Amino acid sequence: MSFYLRRVAFYLVTFWAAISLNFLLPRLLPGDPAAIMLGKLRRASGGRPLSEETIEAITSILGAGKDMSLWDQYVAYWGRLLQGDLGVSSTRYPAPVAELIANALPWTIILVGVATVISFVLGIVVGAWVGWRRGTWLDHLVPITTVFQSIPYFWLALVLVAVFSVQLGLFPIIGGYDVFEFPAGPELSWAFIGSAVTHAILPAITIVLSSVGGWLLGMRNMMVSTMSEDYVVTAEAKGLTPRRVRTKYASRNAAIPSLAGFGIALGFVVAGSIVMEQVFSYPGIGKLMIQAVQGLDYALMQGVFLVITLTVLAANFFMDLIYGFIDPRVRHNG
Amino acid sequence: MDDSQPTLDREVLDSYATGDDAPFQSPASAEAVRETARETTATAAIAAARSSRGGRFRHILPSRSGKLITGIVIVGLIALFGIFGPLIAQPPRDSDNDALLPPSPEHWLGTTKLGYDVFSQLAWGTQGSLFIGLVAGIVALLLAVIFGVFAGYFGGVLDEVLTLFTNIVLVIPGLPVVMVIAAYVQNAEGLGPLARSSLLVALVLGITGWAGSAVVLRAQARSLRTREYVAAARVAGEKPGRIIFVEILPNLVPLLAAQFIFGVIFAVLGEAGLSYLGLGPTGSITLGTMLNDAQTGQAVGTGAWWWFVPPGAIIAALGAGLSLINFAIDEVVNPKLRLAPENAKRQRKAAKAGKGIADTGAFA
Repeated sequence: MSFYLRRVAFYLVTFWAAISLNFLLPRLLPGDPAAIMLGKLRRASGGRPLSEETIEAITSILGAGKDMSLWDQYVAYWGRLLQGDLGVSSTRYPAPVAELIANALPWTIILVGVATVISFVLGIVVGAWVGWRRGTWLDHLVPITTVFQSIPYFWLALVLVAVFSVQLGLFPIIGGYDVFEFPAGPELSWAFIGSAVTHAILPAITIVLSSVGGWLLGMRNMMVSTMSEDYVVTAEAKGLTPRRVRTKYASRNAAIPSLAGFGIALGFVVAGSIVMEQVFSYPGIGKLMIQAVQGLDYALMQGVFLVITLTVLAANFFMDLIYGFIDPRVRHNG
Repeated sequence: MDDSQPTLDREVLDSYATGDDAPFQSPASAEAVRETARETTATAAIAAARSSRGGRFRHILPSRSGKLITGIVIVGLIALFGIFGPLIAQPPRDSDNDALLPPSPEHWLGTTKLGYDVFSQLAWGTQGSLFIGLVAGIVALLLAVIFGVFAGYFGGVLDEVLTLFTNIVLVIPGLPVVMVIAAYVQNAEGLGPLARSSLLVALVLGITGWAGSAVVLRAQARSLRTREYVAAARVAGEKPGRIIFVEILPNLVPLLAAQFIFGVIFAVLGEAGLSYLGLGPTGSITLGTMLNDAQTGQAVGTGAWWWFVPPGAIIAALGAGLSLINFAIDEVVNPKLRLAPENAKRQRKAAKAGKGIADTGAFA
């Protein structure tokens, strides 16, 4: 049981560290983000004076002059976070940051989540096969996958857009759905889902192409290592069919490290596609983050960063629990 | 403390557990290591029998180094282009040319919307990106050595603290942190011209990109610490600093090289992403700022492929070349990756010649 306790403790410490980093960065780095942010809010509200409440929210998030000790600010910061109050956005004034994030999150999770699962399954299946057939021409696949891994994925997206959308006109260029057909925003109808799916195809292909190589390579290398284990030789010597040796003996054990990697990849679903969302103007979390950074909307930026960190921690934690179950060695080999 | 490492750590460990001296995670991997040792001895014997060709370092260099040579050639060509290209190309911000010319003998890669010569921009951009990659790679490597090797060698409380910090940095997502730091730093007064320089971008990328390497180095340093020759050095009264730098680090060279290469790839890709979002250096030209210019100049929409394809292609080629070098290093560190396919090939050949006993099994 101490394995799980230690994991819980680790993630609690990390969570605390991430929040404290969020708190300290705008206060310790030179410059005055709170002043910049308040100025932007004033302009966004059309010159009307801001309410006391808004000013207080911003200063407690980004730092309040000299009249408050750092410790008091820290306590106030936590208090605000625990109430779920992330402040008001200046680029999309007067929308609250929490609401903007809630609207953007599903887009990213569905698109990148599905693409990550496809990429993982494809990489594991092909990687197991290539590892099984080690020493044949299939080994030449390995260096090729690295080329795909080294391609900046947003550049791949640019090339795909140029070829399939601009030249061939097969797919829409930008957006998450057709804004002219659905001016009122997302709705629950087949037409809307169809529109969203066509808009998601190119981004999904980009993610799969640029990430499948890593899974393939990792699985192939583990497969090659596993195949020279004695228990695989034993299985072979017992006269089991090659298919059984491959699936029940070698692949199952070779896939364990990849599963750990899958947990991490799931965590990076929300964080991993920031630049790609910019290329496609996809209405997800990444696009929101970019908007915030470019518009110096520090409150929105902090909120998005917080959500991204939280999802990574949650996914890692979840995967740790499952991993301890799949591979008991990590629980006992302290 | 092993059990409080996050999952990535474990994955890395697993991939190195098959190397010749990683800590054993299980009887199976211990056995695997022993087996590797047997294979290595056998290969050494064969190599000795073949003798003559290659000299005495042959056994630590990849035997059939097609990957290594390809990688070195690609990286070398790009480096030469980055060093000497800017000397022969026209000034990169010379807007006397016509705008958006397609490639021609006069402008090998055409011109941009502002009339800049793309070939010249590419030469300067390669130089800028290589500079950022190298600086960030060195910074990351230094931090990884401090947090990884020191933690692994000294153990105890220092190890606990350093490892906890490493794991926290490892779990917090990289690009968003870089974006947040860049957004604060670049709009801060008081930093002056440094605020948006490529040096600062390189430092930010280096500071955020060392954790993975530190985990790998720590595992290896922990195992080296228990070797007899290190114990002998300690008994002989050598100081910890000397043991780390004279006894341990030389044995980590292949790993350090591999981690440095990872660091450079990470930084070049990171710079490209950051610059593409408009958070890159403003003063200098990099491959990422070229892509950003192409984005704001509607290069994709107007079909000006010569503007945005070359910078990405250089990044991809550089990354692929560096990865190939890393593969070659990996096959030295983990001989199984090299030996198993060769053995399988040899057995299949033998089976084909009628000398084998099986022709469909796992070892055929």
